[in-house]
Amino acid sequence: MIKELHEKLANKEISAVELAEQYFASIEEKDKEIFAYLTLTKELALKQASLVDAKIARGEKIGMLEGIPGGIKDLILVEGVRATGGSKILDNYIAPYDATVIERLKDAGAVILGKTNCDEFAMGSSTENSAYGPTKNPLDLERVPGGTSGGSSAAMAADMAAWTLGTDTGGSTRQPAAFCGVVGLKPTYGRVSRYGVMPAASSLEQVGVITKTVEDAAIVLSVIAGEDKMDSTTAKSPTKDYTRYLTGEVKGLRIGIIKEYLDGLNGDVKKSIQQVIKKYEELGAEIKEIALPYAKYSLPAYYIINFSEISSNLAKYDGIKYGMRATDHKDSILDFEPENRNLIETYLDSRRFGLGAEVKRRIILGTYALSSGYYEAYYLRAQKVRTLIKKDFEKVFEEVDFILTPTTPAPAFKIGEKTNNPLEMYLEDIFTVTANVVGVPAISVPGPEVEVDGKMLPQGFQLMGKWFDEENLLRAGYAYEISK
Amino acid sequence: MITKEEVKHIAGLARIGVTEKELEKLAKDMSAVLDWIEELKEVDVAGIPPTAHITGMENRLREDRQCEFENKQGIIEMFPEKKDNYDKVKSVL
Repeated sequence: MIKELHEKLANKEISAVELAEQYFASIEEKDKEIFAYLTLTKELALKQASLVDAKIARGEKIGMLEGIPGGIKDLILVEGVRATGGSKILDNYIAPYDATVIERLKDAGAVILGKTNCDEFAMGSSTENSAYGPTKNPLDLERVPGGTSGGSSAAMAADMAAWTLGTDTGGSTRQPAAFCGVVGLKPTYGRVSRYGVMPAASSLEQVGVITKTVEDAAIVLSVIAGEDKMDSTTAKSPTKDYTRYLTGEVKGLRIGIIKEYLDGLNGDVKKSIQQVIKKYEELGAEIKEIALPYAKYSLPAYYIINFSEISSNLAKYDGIKYGMRATDHKDSILDFEPENRNLIETYLDSRRFGLGAEVKRRIILGTYALSSGYYEAYYLRAQKVRTLIKKDFEKVFEEVDFILTPTTPAPAFKIGEKTNNPLEMYLEDIFTVTANVVGVPAISVPGPEVEVDGKMLPQGFQLMGKWFDEENLLRAGYAYEISK
Repeated sequence: MITKEEVKHIAGLARIGVTEKELEKLAKDMSAVLDWIEELKEVDVAGIPPTAHITGMENRLREDRQCEFENKQGIIEMFPEKKDNYDKVKSVL
């Protein structure tokens, strides 16, 4: 899709300003109902687009992403633009600098349409935890678009952007992509800079890409990937053009499947995944049954690590340096020494009124897991289990190149269906968190649709690849995509 | 099972103001999540080192050099309350 738009721009069939205007018109028309965007950046977009038009008018060659409009998850900072992270505590926050990924996108001439809705500070699986209200799934307005990057996936499904960025702590680009029938990519931990991205769980998350096609994901990844001196966890890896690896060939590649995962699926989802497996076989890939004995502990280990790192990372939202400062302590029951009350009440009240229920729940759970006497039983144990899961993967990757699973246990659920039970919402992430726990790259690609309540809904499948092997991961996803 | 008293203590450590009513719901939700997490206890982790950084990267060094941040005013503008260019907070002492 990006390639076609690029050619239209290069051939002067449409100007970059016109293209941006078209997307804003689409947003104007549809977004009242869907609510994918929290903030639009029309002025910035048109300014960027007119620079591209001037370049084309001068007869200069333009890059693949130049003049192509996209949406940015609201956790990622764009200088001078409001960045709430889906939270009330940052309702009036204007980002003072660009995230590294934004700097790179701007340098590549990509046009920024606005900031997309998400679960507050990347906590949730449905975008219902946004303080600004839920985003709806464009394919069925009664259903969630997935989360936490649900605004980005909905924008893609409703043609309100040509590409989007999300973030992925435990599946937050792949699960919403699966629910909206688009592609979601989580790169290897360390592949993309997190500088200027509001953190939730730092040892798990990456900036990810949500696009219409695998090829588009490769185009955007090529721009944002690479070492960054502002993020010391980025790997020393040269930037490359990932589209070069999209050959359509998977002959000889080995794909691992896990029998217990498939056995546990309901009939139609199982059928969808089996069709995908069959397709890969037809394309010449080798299918192998594999076992990951410790993978079943991924979800509880993931959540302990997630809560713990969140409790530490979110300490900065305290009403002091930026964001909401509240001073209403009515009904607050915590006891503190009178001499400390003054300043502590600023923290207590700002966090009480500024943060949402799920965020507070996770901070408190994480504080508990890290508190004296519990650290070893929870956080340290989870980190040890993480080692065992990683060893499972190292072993399996000697036998196969990828692991194939469904992205989600079922297609998109209804709005409100899981909001009363946090645990049920956590279980939604069962197939996606493992890639974050072990740091491998993973992609969700739309598979055969599944009928739910008489309606056909998207069902995604997930491929997890070897560390830093985005090339083959994209290649395998692309081969399926073009075989349809 | 986590008690309301424990939750109250932890909420204080986390600096989150709570009401009596919220405590009840938090205790119930947290207990359910902690029960579920118990599953990890069945894993034998004796002698297994913890993994904090998954790709095994070590000590990324760079020159210790002071850099200018251009948009200082952008940061100052974000202070919840300010006097001149200072962030105004309640008295600390």
